[in-house]
Amino acid sequence: MSLRDDPDVLEAFDADVPGEPQVDVSRLRERLREVAPAIVLFFAALALWELTVIAFGIQEFLLPRPTVIVGTLVDNWTEISKAAFATFEEAVGGFVVGAAAGALVALATARWTGFRTGVLPIAIALNSAPIIALAPIMNQWFGLTNPVSKMAVVAIIVFFPVMINTARGLTEVDPAELELLDSYAASPSEIMRNVRIPSSLPFVFAALKVGTVLSVIGAIVAEYFGGPRDVLGVYITQQASLLHIAEAWAAIVVATVLGVAMYTIVLVAERLIMPWHASFRDQRV
Amino acid sequence: MSEHAVVAEGVGKVFNAGSSDQVEALKGIDLTIGAGEFVSLIGPSGCGKSTLLRLVGDLVQPSAGRLEVNGKTPHRARLDRDYAMVFQKATLLEWRTVGKNVQLPLEIMGVDKAERERRSREFLDLVQLAEFSDHYPWQLSGGMQQRVAIARGLVFDPALLLMDEPFGALDEMTRERMQMELMDIWRRTGKTVVFVTHSIPEAVFLSTRVVVMSPRPGRITDVIDIDLTQPRTFDTRESTPYYEKMTEVREALRAAGVGVE
Repeated sequence: MSLRDDPDVLEAFDADVPGEPQVDVSRLRERLREVAPAIVLFFAALALWELTVIAFGIQEFLLPRPTVIVGTLVDNWTEISKAAFATFEEAVGGFVVGAAAGALVALATARWTGFRTGVLPIAIALNSAPIIALAPIMNQWFGLTNPVSKMAVVAIIVFFPVMINTARGLTEVDPAELELLDSYAASPSEIMRNVRIPSSLPFVFAALKVGTVLSVIGAIVAEYFGGPRDVLGVYITQQASLLHIAEAWAAIVVATVLGVAMYTIVLVAERLIMPWHASFRDQRV
Repeated sequence: MSEHAVVAEGVGKVFNAGSSDQVEALKGIDLTIGAGEFVSLIGPSGCGKSTLLRLVGDLVQPSAGRLEVNGKTPHRARLDRDYAMVFQKATLLEWRTVGKNVQLPLEIMGVDKAERERRSREFLDLVQLAEFSDHYPWQLSGGMQQRVAIARGLVFDPALLLMDEPFGALDEMTRERMQMELMDIWRRTGKTVVFVTHSIPEAVFLSTRVVVMSPRPGRITDVIDIDLTQPRTFDTRESTPYYEKMTEVREALRAAGVGVE
């Protein structure tokens, strides 16, 4: 008797199939319920801020109310949005260059052991250096008003975490998977493509997410050291020195939105590139 | 091609030779496995049975002796893709669907896409998972994952299957079903199977021969022919000769100085 022809056996085999992931409406509602507390808390905090300023009569040049900040943002939208766009360009440009360079160097470390043992300790040491301190030097190299000077700072800041994490991801591979590929007499480049690179992706995306936040911080702080007139960092320092605190806050709000926007883009990319990853699995399984 | 699938003569393996944590894993292994045989290596943990399997697969290099796989060096046999390895863990790549996992060895061997898809369908059908081709491994139970691993092993038609406790992580019921299925596949494909296990019932039920090993250093202490009638069925497990063979293996393990159960 062939086992495959026995319907009872087949049924028994199928009995242990966990539920397939399905798209259903209740999941959307579930998701909404998950984010609801954060939304409520956010607006509660804003209300508390607003009321505190009113209740204690805090001067507007010390701490403006959220509604004043929003109003100021609307009034100065043309100027602030122009500055935000310029800063966003620096952050994204530096991020892309730094992340790409970090990933490439990491690939090299995974390919050549000698390179890894030489480069990694130095990279880890440099990663703890306050790279933002290089901003004045980059301004000297590339010119104060040249966006490249800010991109360079951002690129260096993003480079190290991406490189170190990617290198770890490429080398911390399940030994059984390497043995499997060895049993097929797979070449090093096939192992890289089929095992090392896919295994590294969760590490890479973790670093990229950190990198998005760092790149906005890096761009704005680099601008504090001086830059063209229409960027967020320069705008914030100028308005603050004129005691236009609401304008400074409005620009900080926009800077925050930039950081969140970049983070979200990476998050979406992560879901598209590795839909298989454990963190995206249906929780019912 | 030689009619011997595996020949080992005086094979030994010492790990970390010369250092303080030196371990002699295998010593003086002589074993000949004929083409089409189903041979189990049985012994307690540390008896070197997995190491012996990896020596055959050229994943570990011997310290002494001579090995031949399909009439070639193990290295040549690996390059020629003469064998497939099945591990205790299914070791499916989590970023590939079930179908793409089965196609992995074919991709590496440069088989074109249409043929890859045809063969992956064929072998997923063989392990009764045809409709799961587009699922990801995590959506499958442990037993189903291991069947995918077996399909992945068979898909490039290797002469040998090297199996390292493939059912060790499964529950007893799933395990017996998988054994039946493996028997079925073995009978129909005529592959040579080298099967590492520490389960006496499993070794006796599946094998044409059981190789009994003892630890420190790993040696072969006995080889027992299992001449139970083929094909093995559910009834085999309840037959008297089956129990007699299990007793024989158990005694051989005890004679080898291995505490049994």
